[in-house]
Formats: sequence, structure tokens, C-alpha cells
Amino acid sequence: MVLLLFLLTVVVFFLFTLLPGDPARLTCGKSCTPAVVEANRHRLGLDDPVLVQYWKFFTGLFAGRVFSPDSPQPIVCNAPCLGYSFNRHEQVLTLITRALPVTIALALGGFILWLVVGISAGIYAALRRGRWQDRSVMGVALVGYSMPSFFIGLMLIFFVVLKWNWLPFPQWVSPFEDPVGFLQTMILPWIVIAVLYAAFYMRLTRNQVLEVFGDDFIRTARAKGLPERTVVTKHALRAGLTPIVTAAGLDLAGLLGGAIITESIFSLPGLGSLAVNSVVQADLPLITGITLTTATFVLFANLIVDLLYGVLDPRVRVA
Amino acid sequence: MSQESAAADQSFLSVKDLSVAFRTEDGIVRAVDGVTLSIERGQTLAIVGESGSGKSVTAQAIMGLVDRKAATVDGEIWLDGEELLGLPPADMQRLRGSQIAMIFQDPMSSLHPFYRIGDQIAEAISAHRDVKPAAARKEVVEMLKKVGIPAAERRVDDYPHQLSGGMRQRVMIGMALINSPKMLIADEPTTALDVTVQAQILELITELKAEFGTTVIMITHDLGIVADVADEVAVMYGGRLVEVGPTTTIYASPEMPYTLGLLSSIPRMDKELPKRLDPIPGNPPSPINLPPGCVFQPRCAYVSRVPGDRCSEERPELLPTAPNHAVRCFIPGEERRQIAHDVLAVLAGDPQ
Repeated sequence: MVLLLFLLTVVVFFLFTLLPGDPARLTCGKSCTPAVVEANRHRLGLDDPVLVQYWKFFTGLFAGRVFSPDSPQPIVCNAPCLGYSFNRHEQVLTLITRALPVTIALALGGFILWLVVGISAGIYAALRRGRWQDRSVMGVALVGYSMPSFFIGLMLIFFVVLKWNWLPFPQWVSPFEDPVGFLQTMILPWIVIAVLYAAFYMRLTRNQVLEVFGDDFIRTARAKGLPERTVVTKHALRAGLTPIVTAAGLDLAGLLGGAIITESIFSLPGLGSLAVNSVVQADLPLITGITLTTATFVLFANLIVDLLYGVLDPRVRVA
Repeated sequence: MSQESAAADQSFLSVKDLSVAFRTEDGIVRAVDGVTLSIERGQTLAIVGESGSGKSVTAQAIMGLVDRKAATVDGEIWLDGEELLGLPPADMQRLRGSQIAMIFQDPMSSLHPFYRIGDQIAEAISAHRDVKPAAARKEVVEMLKKVGIPAAERRVDDYPHQLSGGMRQRVMIGMALINSPKMLIADEPTTALDVTVQAQILELITELKAEFGTTVIMITHDLGIVADVADEVAVMYGGRLVEVGPTTTIYASPEMPYTLGLLSSIPRMDKELPKRLDPIPGNPPSPINLPPGCVFQPRCAYVSRVPGDRCSEERPELLPTAPNHAVRCFIPGEERRQIAHDVLAVLAGDPQ
């Protein structure tokens, strides 16, 4: 795990450092002279060999670092230093921690919504397999799955906000300052995310439950005289839960890295918007920092999913 | 389902003209066709036949485990004065696990891999009775002791994968008997087990049957184990009964060539046989495409004993040949008994 995290910093750092393009050239605008570019290059530490740059980046993660220490205005970046955005004149970590709550709120709300809707609809379809209820649920799932999220998002804004005026225009507020405003803002983005993912979870849940239905222990459960509801939820769903948990863990981690389209549509200042802007502005330290953060989420999600296997399946626990 | 027909039949379990037909893409599969059976209270009936003979489907129909959406089930099943096939699903569900219980062929896959065995048995209790968890657990431990699980107090918290096949089948038996059902159906309970364990499991079933006064249907393809456990034997072939009678009669004077074939297929260690095992040639018939006439006719060695092509043209009836003994065969009774006599003599090792 530690080794993986280390390799992650190496890959991410070199990926973006070795990219074509000269960050120093981007630090000054039209009034640039070669002398200013060179001065900035030195200030950013970009004139060091690549390995030295990496070493400074890596040690900065733990000890913090100071940019251009020999200049009259050194820039201090506190540990854990993910870098410093010279475009925005702020530490990357500060930018990320400011955007993260928005993304977490978006991802968690959508996650809960899609799990509840997706799994219950999937069970419902499995119970009515082959009948019209099953077909209609799966039909809706297919439509939801194939609709692009920007289309759903724009339609929702157009009808719910602009045409029918049911909700005010989405405007990010902290849930601690204005809970009602927070819910009013987040409900549509949550729906957009949930529609996309719930469709997938409906199909996954339905197929898992139906697959387990053929197993001998389901027949045993029926032979015990358990109600069909218990057979499906306690026995069939429980046995088919592992792939659902795996998918849910990784999907949530991916979303924590920012839902770029959804955040852009609803102008939510989350990690996704931040990532888009950093790319547009070629803000290398920020891109590196965001990528590293996102990748770390995925890595931790993998670890948690692995640990959950042990909780879910007693056979894994012993092994 | 009138009251008179219930009263007319005093048997504890009586199956009348049971037919189960599955609709499949290839056509209608008549897995069970016109099976009529009865068992007295406390007796053991063995249903014997090869794979695909319809014995397991018969059992599942009695348990109400046949999916009515996928299959049509016709006939009547009377258990202790109650007709089961006409019961609403909720009532049948109440009977399952409390009045009729079942154990299955493969104990490795018949227990849920993710739940502790104690909890799985306790679930059978709470499905039918209002018992507090602590009391249920006590009851489960008692039952585990009864089915011969060593260190039951500790084992009750084990997961199925921590137990051997024989132990798991003991757990299944305990789960089936926990509500003291009137009727136990054992669907090839020993097939998946080691030979040494097979004998133990059979002995356990026999013991507990005596203790609980349970009526048992034992489904098996192995005539070798039937003699020890069953009072009555019903031989099935191609979804039909071909011979029914008391166990002693079936062993001493079988009349249907298929039963003879099954008896000849039992390996014997105690006698030096004059010839090697005598398997029945060919394969069981496809249930979609049953041969016309007698279903066993394509594999029968004695077709020539019946004049003309009667065996391949006409379906024989299951007819009584002696009290309690019925046979489905066109060969005349006297000749059948002679054939059986000769075959059994060879099996017994004194060739004439």
C-alpha cells in the first residue's frame, strides 16, 4: 500500500513534468522577455534536473517546502505540500480542500440515492423476472444508462428550475450555513448522478440475484419455509453482494475525484470544476495535485473493498 | 378435492396421478407422468431410479418446490388429510420446514456459505415458531448434539466451509428435523459423501426417524442402501412408476426387467460372482422424446418374450401382480417370475 502510494507520486509527477510545454513560459503574459522567463524558471525550481525536482516535490509532501528561497519574497508551502499554483497564487492543498467538501457532498448524496434506487429496483425486477414489471424496469434502466448526463442535467435545469420554477437556480452553499438551500441546490445534481449509476446497479443487482437463484442453498432456504422476500434479500442478495460492493467502492472513489460534467452544469465549485479549470489554464502543479488526490482515493477505495471482502465472505477471512 | 376422497384414503401421504410437465424451448418435458403412491405413518418409502427418472421432481412436487410458472403440476397430494397441490402458496410455505422437511443431495452447496450453521438452523425455527434467540440457540445446540456433531457448543458458530461433507449433511438433517416435521424427504442424502460416511448418515436418519416418528421418503439410485432403510420401494423409470412393492418382495421376487437390471448392478463383496457386474445397456430415455410403447423397451433384454411389437407400440399399465405389489410390464406374470428367479439365482452365485 505504502509502496503503491510512492509509485503513484512518481508516475503522476513524471507524467506531468515530462509533458511537452514550458510552464515557465506560461508564468508571464504578453510582456515576456527571455530574462523574465529564465528568472521565473529559477523561482519555480524548474531549472533543476528532473530527479532533483522530484526529490523536492516528494520531500515537500512530508516536510513542506519553500519556493524561491533566495528571492525577497519566498513562497512557503506547508506540509503536506502538494505544490503551489503560481496562476492562482495559492497552495494546491488549500484549493483542493476548499473544493473537496462540494465534491464529497455531491458524490455521497448521489451514491446513497443510486444504491437505494438501483438495488431495490434490481431486486424488484428479479422477483418479477420475465414479466412486464421486469421488462419495464430494465427498459427504464437502459434509457437511463444510455442518456448522457449533460442532457439529463440540462433538461432538469430547464424544466424544474427555469420553466416550472420549482427550485431556485443551483448555487453552492454549505449545508452547515443553509441546510435548505443546500438541499435545493444538490437535489438535481444528485438525481443526475443517480440516474446514470442506478441504471447500472439495477442490472447488476438483478443479474446477481437471478444467478444466485439457481444455487442449492436457495432451494434449502425455500425448503425451510422462509417467505420469498427473505429468500431473496437475506439469502440471494447477500450471496450476490460481493460484485455490487466492489463496483460501489470504485464508483464512489471515482466520483470523489470530481464529477466533471455534473459539476460544470450546476456550476458547483468541486474538484471536477477545479480540474477542468486547471487544465484550461495549464496550471501544472494544480493538475498534478488533483491527479494525485484522485488516484489516492481510488487506491484507498481498493483497500477498503478488499477489507470488506473479508467482512462479507467468511471464506476469505480464513484464507 | 372432496372430503370423501380424503376419507377414502387412510394413508398418511398419498400421491394420486401426479404429473409434472416443464415447458422448455425444446418442447414439453413430462418429468413425472401419472405417479400414484402412498405411505403409512412412520414408514419409509424408497423411490429408486436413474438420473432423470423423475424421482427428484416427484419429491419437489410434494414439497411444493416446483416453480408453477415454469411447470404444470397435476394430480393430488394428500398429507395427513390435507390436499397440498391446491393450497395457496402462503399455506404451503407454512407447511414447508414445519410439517414436511427435506434434505438434499449435495451438502457442500446446500448451506449458505456466508452464514453460521447455528444461525441457519435457528432461521428454520424462527420461520415457524415464536422462540427467543437464546432459546433457539439452545435448541440448535441440542439438535447438533443429536445429529452427532462433536463439540456442538463451539461448532454452532462455525461457517459451512469449516465442516466436512458428512458434518454438513448432519447439519442439514438437524435443520430439517428442528421443527419435528411429520414427513422427511431425503433426496439422495448420501450420494455426494464418502462410502464410510454414507453408512453413518443412513444410520442417523434411521435412528432419528424412530425417535421423532417421522415418515420418510428416501430417494436414491442405489438399490444397495434401500434394503437397510425402506419398508416400501417404488421404482421409477422415464417419469413413471414401473414397479411398487414392499422391500422384501422387491428384493425376493422382482418382476419388472428394469428392477432386475438395477439389482444386477449392485456390486457384491460377500459372494464370488460367476460373472462380472451386469449393467443395463444404453441410456435413460430423453424425457422430451419418450419412446412409444413401454419406455423401457429399447433397453429391455426380454422384449422377445412379448408376442409381436406390443412393447414398442402400446404403453403398459401399472397392474397389481400380488397384494401390495404392482408391475408395469407386458410379459406374462408366470414368465416374469421365472426370469427373475433365474437372474436372482445367478446373482446368488448358484448357477443352475
